[in-house]
Amino acid sequence: MADSADKSRSSQKAIGASIPRSELTRLMSGKGRYVDDIKLPRMLHLAYVRSPHPHARIISIRIDEALGAPGVEAVLTGDDLNPMCKPLVGVALHRPGHRSPPQSLLATERAVWQGQPVVAVVALTRAEAEDAAEQVTIQWDPLRAVTHPLDALDKSKPVVHPELGDNLAFDFTINKGDTDKAFAEAAFVVEDQFRFERQLAMTLEPRGLIADFNPGDGSLTVIHSHQSPFQMQDVFSQHLGIAEHKVKVLAPDIGGGFGMKLNLYAEELAVAAASMRLGRPVKYCADRLESFLADAHARDHVLTGRMAVSSAGDITAMEVEDFGAVGAYGMPLRFNVAEGMMAITMSGAPYNFSDYKARTRSLYVNKNLVGMYRGVGMPFACVLTEVLADRAARAVGMDPVEFRRRNYRPRGSYPCVTPGGQKLETVSFHECLDKLVKLIDYDELRKEQQALRQEGIYRGIGIATFVEQTAYGPPYYGPSGARISTQDGCNLRLEPSGVLRCVTSITDQGQGTLTGIAQIIADSVGVPYADVGVMAGDSSISPYGGGAWASRGMAIGGEAALGAGRKLRANILDLAAAITQTSVEQLDITGGQVVNTKTGMAVISLADVAKVGYFRQDTLPADFDVQLSVSHSFAANAQMCYLANGVQASYVEVDVESGFIKLLGQWAVDDCGRIINPLLVDEQVRGGIAQGIGAVLFEECMYSPEGYLQNGTLVDYLVPMAGDLPDIFVEHVETPETATELGAKGVGEAGLIGAMGAVWVSVNDALVPFETVITHQPFSPERILDAISRSPGALNTGH
Amino acid sequence: MKAPSFRYVRARSLQHAYQVLQHHNGDAVAIAGGQSLMAGLNLRLSGPKVLVDIGGLPELSGMDCGGKEVRIGALTRHVEVLRSKALQERIPLLPQAVSHVAHAAIRNRGTLGGSLAYADPAAELPACAVALDATIVVGGLEGEREVKATDFFTGLMDTNLKPGELILAVRFPVPPPHTRFAFDEFTRRQGDFAVVGLAVTALVGGDQIETARAVYFGCVDRAKLAEQVSSALCGLKLPVADRGAIRNAVTKDLEPDDTPGWRAETKLRLAQVLTQRIVSRLAESGTQ
Ligand SMILES: Cc1cc2nc3c(=O)[nH]c(=O)nc-3n(C[C@H](O)[C@H](O)[C@H](O)COP(=O)(O)OP(=O)(O)OC[C@H]3O[C@@H](n4cnc5c(N)ncnc54)[C@H](O)[C@@H]3O)c2cc1C
Repeated sequence: MADSADKSRSSQKAIGASIPRSELTRLMSGKGRYVDDIKLPRMLHLAYVRSPHPHARIISIRIDEALGAPGVEAVLTGDDLNPMCKPLVGVALHRPGHRSPPQSLLATERAVWQGQPVVAVVALTRAEAEDAAEQVTIQWDPLRAVTHPLDALDKSKPVVHPELGDNLAFDFTINKGDTDKAFAEAAFVVEDQFRFERQLAMTLEPRGLIADFNPGDGSLTVIHSHQSPFQMQDVFSQHLGIAEHKVKVLAPDIGGGFGMKLNLYAEELAVAAASMRLGRPVKYCADRLESFLADAHARDHVLTGRMAVSSAGDITAMEVEDFGAVGAYGMPLRFNVAEGMMAITMSGAPYNFSDYKARTRSLYVNKNLVGMYRGVGMPFACVLTEVLADRAARAVGMDPVEFRRRNYRPRGSYPCVTPGGQKLETVSFHECLDKLVKLIDYDELRKEQQALRQEGIYRGIGIATFVEQTAYGPPYYGPSGARISTQDGCNLRLEPSGVLRCVTSITDQGQGTLTGIAQIIADSVGVPYADVGVMAGDSSISPYGGGAWASRGMAIGGEAALGAGRKLRANILDLAAAITQTSVEQLDITGGQVVNTKTGMAVISLADVAKVGYFRQDTLPADFDVQLSVSHSFAANAQMCYLANGVQASYVEVDVESGFIKLLGQWAVDDCGRIINPLLVDEQVRGGIAQGIGAVLFEECMYSPEGYLQNGTLVDYLVPMAGDLPDIFVEHVETPETATELGAKGVGEAGLIGAMGAVWVSVNDALVPFETVITHQPFSPERILDAISRSPGALNTGH
Repeated sequence: MKAPSFRYVRARSLQHAYQVLQHHNGDAVAIAGGQSLMAGLNLRLSGPKVLVDIGGLPELSGMDCGGKEVRIGALTRHVEVLRSKALQERIPLLPQAVSHVAHAAIRNRGTLGGSLAYADPAAELPACAVALDATIVVGGLEGEREVKATDFFTGLMDTNLKPGELILAVRFPVPPPHTRFAFDEFTRRQGDFAVVGLAVTALVGGDQIETARAVYFGCVDRAKLAEQVSSALCGLKLPVADRGAIRNAVTKDLEPDDTPGWRAETKLRLAQVLTQRIVSRLAESGTQ
């Protein structure tokens, strides 16, 4: 019996299996350990006094009362901390003309956004630090603020950084072919302006860190809720002047990152500076109110798009112009020009045209910095392209699905480069669309939609095609000057009992990446999944790498794991051959056993191999070299990124009397190349879709025209909850990546990008009978009602 | 955010609670379910010196559904109202309204008394108390008194309660058998406070509305009878043919404010849409 159980164990491949995240039981039973759960001896707590104004001069800062408050150990201003740290400069060297002034840790003379930290209060408890923070008196001279992307270049508006002369951070143009001619000759031109309000990543666990500077040996240990411990090790070392081997960054359990915990925050560096100054561990965990003000924001763009179409229904050209309000500074290392750049380089990517003109401008405003957030600028490209594609189809009189099929780059035209510069090689637009149309029973859905319109029920169907840039490679970050590693590594060793332990440079904030890594190791060595342990998140013991961002975990970290697995497998087989005095060719590893390749019979267990390798080397030939710990790193040197793709559909109902929208269904057909774990891939797609729906229907940082945030709590900043989401159906097309052996591409952002496009298109489709459009995200009931009231026919909606 | 530090006193008796509240003279507040109070403390919107926990007082608990009226103790949790079979039969408006209050975790703790005392203008239960013409039983060191719900809510998050007083119970008259109820609200997400909500009780004879009490929430400063809408409903034949009068009445009753994301005119429009839908539902719903 035991034998047959063993056999079924061994024949089960881990890659391709739907295995739940390995840490699930631990986290779901409350046994996780997040930064805020960790207490160090002699630890202090830090709370910030932040600017209440979007733009104001600091006349004076009075800290005496706070210094005398119970439990207070220090009250630190910019004068104390700024000199300890090299200023942050968020300029991308590979983007000519990009400029940003240096940013110091705490504001001293002027605050340039509401929420910018000014004074750090350090006390025995967080509550005492907050009590004392209320006793700090700052005398402010409020100044006029500039807030809207379209206002930033207005000469009558204030300039955020007078030394720059104006608010232009970056200006970039693409011009391919003869766009003017194409538009002049077009049978139809569709165009519109698209507004995306500011939003937040809203991780379940807010940002946090404990900085522990030890004056005894000059070392700095930082326990950090961050996606890239390596990036932060480098930053702490470089900016605080500590030799890198004395800096270590540990990422414990992390409750969500979504790119937001990849950014570089001056206020987090200030915590380390405070620890250095005080010689004690200092904890700072952003509370939810601070998250609203101080987590990197996202979006805040106005885009204009135009599409030229021939009378036969061919897209002949596109034009895109983007204005992005990136906040008060360039985001260091994770440049906030990226949203605009992705918007213009990826618009129109699925479609077969070559005349293209686009321009993006990044603008400084008196708001918090924009940083990385799931999808970055890709959703803009998807929304703009697909809303225009639907309108173009209607102008031509063609069904939107037919229009897309006609205009996708034809099968067999790959590899090719889009006018925006995307190299399409292993994409599958046609295959995904065909599958989606079947999945949603498209023709029936259209019939239902038409029939219901007769009853005054307004439903919309939206189809959105997207490409997702995943796993940026050396050609992207290398020339930017940012010290960000696009390679990843994996250390792997056989333990004496025959199980495996792996340390990967990939990190996990809830994606389940480490489970996927274990699956790859299991199959590449030939052991059961349960025999592989994976660790991550310690910059000092892990092989160097990038961490988690840009949907790169499986694509790059997985390939490194595959390489490590193969190396170790070869070493184990060599050793097994030496022990059993057989030739390596006759041996294979499966199910944790070394077996005979021909007969499949067990030859020796991995435990017995390891026993000899670690404890009985005396039984081996004198010159036999035992290597049961291996390391492997991977980067595709010439690969800009791995392009994934997919198509999504939404079905919505708009209550045209109230403006409320109900999502009835959401479907995704996704192609992320080789799927290592279907369960986790589907979870990524679903989670992304939830965030995409949130973006289009709910989430908005509402700023007053003067620059004050008006909805900084979870009561009035609306994030969709499970009950507000429709059923989400996920299917796949699998086109493996060719740059790696594993063939996996990223999938982290796909759900969000496609969902934003599909919901935009579907709501606009529902409004077609009213001859009106909605182009201002989020689609609040008021904006829907406003759109309907613009209806030229002034269709009577019962009022 | 961490709440500013406070002293916690668990009341041993109603008298004890009154005494502590009186002694600290405005610096002490009662805590029941804590679902509104704790959020306010953590946001540092208020900083009382003493919290008096009334959660263990038997005088404030229990539901009596026996007679011509239903008496519900102030400490009754939302979930108890939601699940009460007796209420379902006798005053179905209450469980129906509570199904819109927040989420399960909050309904397990939040109390009827807390909801009325907090007097959030967007809350469901104060509106229902007025629509059902309830009477609120109030106690203090000077004894007990009763206040009609119509007189209880005096302004934005303000009530007729004097410092040191507690809500002990709420008395709901059981509506006559031919009463119809209608309740609904517009919320952005399931469980949110209402942008615009409406509770209506109507006495219907044959196909005619005899009397009606309509109370809005969300788009008002406090729970009060919407007099114009209520009287516009009186005498109407169901189903209502001419809706113009009701729409006008809504405009007279309501004076909403602009708030982020909502212009006053949008709220007014939603109130009109909701009122029309609720009136249609009155025609559909059977007599109780
Ligand atoms: C996320 C969230 C969503 C919510 N959504 C809704 C919603 O949709 N609709 C809704 O109506 N409510 C909602 N609530 C509020 C919830 O219903 C509260 O439970 C209720 O408003 C207050 O009841 P409580 O027992 O928790 O009161 P507490 O928070 O304990 O107290 C609130 C106030 O009432 C006073 N108080 C309490 N009991 C008495 C008493 N017997 N006598 C005198 N004063 C008293 C307290 O001193 C305090 O000032 C929500 C709450 C949360 C956290």
